[in-house]
Amino acid sequence: MSNKQHYKITVNGKQEEFLAEPRELLIYTLRERLNITGPHIGCETSHCGACTVTIDGKSVKACTMFVAQADGKDVTTIEGIGGPDDLHPLQNAFKEHHGLQCGYCTPGMITRATKLLEENPNPTEEEIRFGMAGNICRCTGYQNIVKSIQAAATEMNAAKEAAE
Amino acid sequence: MIPAAFEYYRPKDMASVLSILEEHGDDARVMAGGHSLIPMMKLRMADVPHLIDLQDVGGMSAIDIAGDSIRIGALVTQADIIDNAELASVAPILKEAALQIADPQVRYMGTVGGNVANGDPGNDMPGLMQCLNAVFTVVGAEGERDIPARDFYEAAYMTAREDEEVLTHVTIPLPKGGYAYEKQKRKIGDYATAAAAVQIVKNSGACASVSIAMTNLSDTPIYSDAAGAALVGTSVDAAALDAAVAAMLGDIDPSEDNRGPVAFKNHVAGVILRHAIERAWSRA
Repeated sequence: MSNKQHYKITVNGKQEEFLAEPRELLIYTLRERLNITGPHIGCETSHCGACTVTIDGKSVKACTMFVAQADGKDVTTIEGIGGPDDLHPLQNAFKEHHGLQCGYCTPGMITRATKLLEENPNPTEEEIRFGMAGNICRCTGYQNIVKSIQAAATEMNAAKEAAE
Repeated sequence: MIPAAFEYYRPKDMASVLSILEEHGDDARVMAGGHSLIPMMKLRMADVPHLIDLQDVGGMSAIDIAGDSIRIGALVTQADIIDNAELASVAPILKEAALQIADPQVRYMGTVGGNVANGDPGNDMPGLMQCLNAVFTVVGAEGERDIPARDFYEAAYMTAREDEEVLTHVTIPLPKGGYAYEKQKRKIGDYATAAAAVQIVKNSGACASVSIAMTNLSDTPIYSDAAGAALVGTSVDAAALDAAVAAMLGDIDPSEDNRGPVAFKNHVAGVILRHAIERAWSRA
């Protein structure tokens, strides 16, 4: 049984239109239909956070949303946060402070961290650990991820102050 | 991890939701945030030929505090509960519990309505709502009806809500006194090994009234009248705590699973309840 429907989703500022079955998980829409392969599939069971994207201002695990639910929404992935030529302060901080080793969890980590810093620009270590609890890393032991987010927060706050 | 195919509906009003439910009976189910239902559909443990997404149905996303009660719409998320300062000041136990549910991503999507209506014994809100003596309002073709949280849960995933009814909101009498939601879990994202909700009123150094409910220690949440009765009139001293824990253990019926054998769960339930009562009492 195929019941393809017409969907419109804004991804990283660009409107995408396509036909898909409503049961398609958003992570597959992004990766296989739209070739946006930053969000990763780690566990596919809502636990690991490697597929985290931002949807209408919320951090969401894209493996736990049907494409039909995302119809009409605004989705941001790591590709929309920064690229090789214009690294986001978080991306730069993860690079400088060894916030990644294998890198598999990193797109989800950084996407989640952008939202965390938006909600709380000056998080304590405890708040970072609590706010990042939906993202699992099997390499770093988290210490350098916390350091990276703290460093990015400091840099972003300094930049904001300089601009004012 | 691909669910069976389904027809997807995103109606804009409750009348349309009810007519789809009427037409398809138990082949149709409503979904709010989907963070209980979608994993079950991916595992093909839930088969939902007609899926009704409630996200565009109005009137179910507000938290209203008026007079002596709080009304929480079914689509209010755990993140909304945590972020609402007024709610945190009049009923801080809700925020304390919501912060212990799953992880940030899940809390942005997971709703109060889904958490209480699903009937999963692992969910935290059902026990909490029993502790707070909340009332659930469901709507069906015949109109609305109110069901006390303490009468709502029949067995795992079996509740007093009929298949063609939708839970629209919960109403909570303003809680009084000290509070605590205490939860033991193996790791972030896991359900409770044991959890306890306690709301306690102190009067001249003695316990005037108390309400105690336990989570994930039976196939339904357990409101323990007997545990509360063991505390009322006492100064919540060591003997009263022992009596309350013993009474609670008589009401729960845990089963062995990957969180441990029955004896361990009884042990943890006792520890958790003791912590919860002590913390609630210190805040009373």
